Amino acid sequence: MTDTPGPLEYLRRWPIRAWLAVVILYLYAPLVTLMAFSFNASKRNIVWRGFTLDWYRAAFADQDLIVAFGNSLTIALISTVVSVVLGALTALLLWRFRFPAKALLEGALGLPIVVPEICMGVAMLVFFTEVIPWPTSLAWPLNLGAIIISHISFSFSFVAIVIRGCLASFNRELEEAAKDLGAGEWRIFWDVLVPHMQPGLIAGALLAFTLSLDDFVITFFTSGPDTTTFPVKVYSMVRFSVTPEVNAASTILIVLTVALTAFALKISGGTVVAVEAGEGL
Amino acid sequence: MDESWRKAKAVFATLSAPPVIWLVVFFLAPLAIIWGYSFGNNKSLTEIAVDGTFANYVHAIKPLYMGIIFKSFWFALITTALCLVVGFPVAIAITFASQRSKAWLLLLIMLPFWTNLLIRTYALMAVLRTEGYINLTLAFFYNGLSRLTALTGHPLAMFQPLELLHNNFAVVFGLVYVQLPFMVLPLYAALDRLDRSLLEASLDLGAGHLTTFARVVIPLAVPGIISGVLVTLIPSVGAYLTPDLLGGPSSQMIANVIERQFKTANDWPFGAALSFLLMYMTFLAIAVQTILSRGRRGRREA
Repeated sequence: MTDTPGPLEYLRRWPIRAWLAVVILYLYAPLVTLMAFSFNASKRNIVWRGFTLDWYRAAFADQDLIVAFGNSLTIALISTVVSVVLGALTALLLWRFRFPAKALLEGALGLPIVVPEICMGVAMLVFFTEVIPWPTSLAWPLNLGAIIISHISFSFSFVAIVIRGCLASFNRELEEAAKDLGAGEWRIFWDVLVPHMQPGLIAGALLAFTLSLDDFVITFFTSGPDTTTFPVKVYSMVRFSVTPEVNAASTILIVLTVALTAFALKISGGTVVAVEAGEGL
Repeated sequence: MDESWRKAKAVFATLSAPPVIWLVVFFLAPLAIIWGYSFGNNKSLTEIAVDGTFANYVHAIKPLYMGIIFKSFWFALITTALCLVVGFPVAIAITFASQRSKAWLLLLIMLPFWTNLLIRTYALMAVLRTEGYINLTLAFFYNGLSRLTALTGHPLAMFQPLELLHNNFAVVFGLVYVQLPFMVLPLYAALDRLDRSLLEASLDLGAGHLTTFARVVIPLAVPGIISGVLVTLIPSVGAYLTPDLLGGPSSQMIANVIERQFKTANDWPFGAALSFLLMYMTFLAIAVQTILSRGRRGRREA
């Protein structure tokens, strides 16, 4: 085995390598230039004129942007907690019980994953203006209720799938053993099932958090003038023009998501990648 | 596993009530209301009467709207085809990489998909606009060439930047950019399960790499191709942000028309009918996929 690649070592063949390099350039060059130009001294965003942090100063001084950022994090946090609880209950239900209409429930749970975002967005808009008009005069963070509820509705099915996958590997004998040793339902749940579900709970939480932080379309239909989120605020800035300040704000969000992902990968030992790869199916 | 719900009714109730109630109240009910509205009409500015009319659906199949639905599908199909062509070699490279580089390559493909969709679209605007990086690079080479020809006494005309943004090209370019990871992952999952001895056998028996690819790899990867096509096609048809930010006046897709009915045109029943047409098309695509994969399984068992 010297320099000639084996018959199936396609990664060592130059046409495949060149193709891979071009694709990775295509995926990353726009993002990397966006981040680089957030440090550019020129406002024109095309020619490099030297390093500056002015755009970050401008972004941090922009009160609306800071409020929107705070809203996004709060929404993501609350939505994640509720989605994980609902998702865990759903997963346990489907894993443990046989009941009439089980297939129907499974189908209904798949809906939030397949329904086009725009359809869910307009449905939520109508629901929160006609059926439950959400008062936007409520104190923060209650005024974000409509957005939080919508985010939970599209996140918890994803969380349920992740946790259900984790439960599939559970050895029922552990439960039997706990029962024989006198543990009640609650004790078994808390001391046996939850520890087993832990990687799924973490992966599900990360998924719910990023889904919420990422969402633009559904939030766009449920947010009001006083309840903007970070993506909605950036959208209104982008509509005006391409400015280095938007680059700075975007860079902060990119760094935040990458850091979160790295953190989740570290604590879950790579299961998140496997789970999210599965999500694409 | 599969305990009857009758054996532990209290546990069953505790587990089922919160998610079922949430799903019904905060998901199925809003969709049901939209569905009802699609059979209604505007009584006044704020009042909608649901009287079972099909007028909204009749309105939706007028040539103008059918054209937009057709265009949405067309864009989505081109996007899916491009993703398949661009993504297949990438999936092959990942499949046959060493364990270590495999993990890194998967991470590289997944990372953009964790980045906000709006930010990715915005990043493309900076690349494609008239003062964007592509035009800047082209201008650089063009001006260099112009300086050379000036030496011979024939300078070229001024550089005309290409119109890359706010047109159909930009929309498809953006959709491919956003959807590519969705295509690569299912392809990789299918190729990774593939029995390598079949490939080796094909190569040993004298078939070239291209023949092996066309006659062994592709047929075996069909399940992955089908799910990749589905997860790329469905979000592309209903894309809102990409045509909105990268498209021009003539590249409106169905989601943009729906948004307009709800936000500016204020014709909710018509918007509701269009939303449900989009939903029906999505369900149809999923049904076709289920039938296709079932048919394949049936044939293999036979």
